[in-house]
Amino acid sequence: MIEARDLRVKAGRRMAVEGVTLTLGRGVHGLLGPNGAGKTTLIRTLATVLRPAEGKLVVLGGTDPRQLRRRIGYLPQEFGHYRRFTVREFVAYVAWLKEMPDRDVPAAVQRAIERVGLADRADDKLRTLSGGMIQRVGIAQAIVNDPEVLLLDEPTAGLDPAQRLRFRELLVELGADACVVVSTHLVEDVAAACTDVVLLREGKLVFQGTPAQLAAAGTTEHVGDTPIERGYSAAMGAPNRIGSW
Amino acid sequence: MNAHHPSEEMLRRYARGDDMAADQLWAVESHLETCAPCRGRLAPEPIATAVWAELAPLIERMPQMPRTHAWRRRVHGWVSPAAGPWLVMILLVTAAAVALDQLGSGAGVSLVLLIAPVLPVLGVAASWGRALDPAYELTAATPRAGLPLLFRRTTSVLAVVVPGLTAASLLTGLGPSRWLLPCLAFTVGTLALGALVGITRAAIVLIAAWVLAIVAPTIAFSRTSVALDLAATPVWAGVLLLGLAVIAVRRMAFTGLEANR
Repeated sequence: MIEARDLRVKAGRRMAVEGVTLTLGRGVHGLLGPNGAGKTTLIRTLATVLRPAEGKLVVLGGTDPRQLRRRIGYLPQEFGHYRRFTVREFVAYVAWLKEMPDRDVPAAVQRAIERVGLADRADDKLRTLSGGMIQRVGIAQAIVNDPEVLLLDEPTAGLDPAQRLRFRELLVELGADACVVVSTHLVEDVAAACTDVVLLREGKLVFQGTPAQLAAAGTTEHVGDTPIERGYSAAMGAPNRIGSW
Repeated sequence: MNAHHPSEEMLRRYARGDDMAADQLWAVESHLETCAPCRGRLAPEPIATAVWAELAPLIERMPQMPRTHAWRRRVHGWVSPAAGPWLVMILLVTAAAVALDQLGSGAGVSLVLLIAPVLPVLGVAASWGRALDPAYELTAATPRAGLPLLFRRTTSVLAVVVPGLTAASLLTGLGPSRWLLPCLAFTVGTLALGALVGITRAAIVLIAAWVLAIVAPTIAFSRTSVALDLAATPVWAGVLLLGLAVIAVRRMAFTGLEANR
C-alpha cells in the first residue's frame, strides 16, 4: 500500500528524512525512534502534506492526489481543533473536508464516535473535553472515512493507561483491513499492538521487522526493562551504560 | 389447579425483575412452576419480537442524534471555522474608523481609507494561516485543500469586508473607487506572497509594509498618501493581476504545508 524508495525530505533547511526505503502493507506498523529522528516528517510525507526533496513515494498505487487523500486518515502530532464545535460537528466537518458524500456523513460520524467511545459526549463542545477525550476525537476524525491508509502521529499522547489498552485493541481492529502507521516513542505500545516495527534514527531506517525480531536483537547487555526495550537499545546502538542519555 | 392466576401487571414486573415484595415474588414463582398457560403469558410477545427484529438493524444504522444543523455546515463550507471572531473584529474596526472619521479626528485624512487595504489581510490570515487556524495541518491533508477551498474562504472574507467598507464609504462620503482596488490587491497579494513564504508571514510583512510606507507618513504629514490617490489605480490593478498570476503558478503550495507557514 505504501512504497518509498530513497526518500529524502526536508524539514525547514534540515534534511529530516535521509534516504528511507520501505514497503508497508496491511497491518499495524509502529514507527519508533527518539525525538528528532524524522518520524513526524516521514508521516507528513506519507500524508502528502510535505513533498519529498528526492526519491520516490507511491501511496495506494499512486493515483491522482485528490482521489488518494479521500482514502487516507491522518492525525497530526499537534491535533488542532475548533473549541466551539461539538464532537459531532467537528468530525462531520472533517468528513466534509474529505469529500465524503453528504448522505453517508451522519452515520459515518456516529460510527467513528462510537468506535472511540465518545458516543455519550457526541454533542458536547470540544472545549469541555479532557485531553484524552480530545485525542480520541482526533482518532475519530482520522477514521471517519474508513481510510485504507491511516497515519497516526503520537496518538497515545494524553491517553491514560486504560484508554491506551483500549486504543491498542482498536489499532489491531483497524489493522485487519487497512495499512496503519503509528508513530510513538513508547516501546510498549509497539510490542502490544504492532505487526511490524520500523525504527528511525537521525532520518535513516535502522530496523524493520516484527516486534519479536526486535526483541531478539537485544541482549542483557543492553539498557531496558523488557526484551523489546533492550532490542530497541540494541538497534539504536544506544550507549549501554546506565545513566547516559 | 391454582385458580388464582397472577395479574398481567404482576407478571410484567416479575419478567422485568422489578422490586417485588418477597411473598408476592414467591407466590408468582410457585404459581408459574405449576401453571403452563401463565408460563406462556410470560414468554415474549411474538409480534413485539418480530417488530423489534425489524427495527434493530435500522436503529443500528441510524444516528441517534439529530444531524448537525444544515445551515452551519453550509456556512463552514465557505467561512473557515477559525475566521468567525476575526470577521466580527473586522466589522468593529470598520465601525470604529467611521466613528473617528465622523468626529473629524483624522485632520483631513480618512481613517476608513487607511484601514481598507489591511482589513482583509487579517481575515485571510485567519482562514489559512498556521498562527490563527488551529486545524491547518488537518485541513492541508484533505482532498478539499487547494485553490477551490482557498477561494471559498477568501470570498467569505471579502463578503464581510467589502459590504462593511461600502457602508463606511457611504457614511463618510468616500468613493468606492478609492479603496476597492487597494483592498482587493492586498487580499490577492497576501495569498500570492503566502504561496511563496506562507500566509502568516505574508500577512505580517504586508501589514508592516503598509504601516511603515503609508500609515506612518500619512499621519506624520496629515495628508493622504499618493498611493491612495485615484492616480495610483493602474498600479493597484497591476499588483492585483501580478498576484493572481503568482497564485495560479504556485497553486500547488496550497495543497500542502508550505502555504501555512
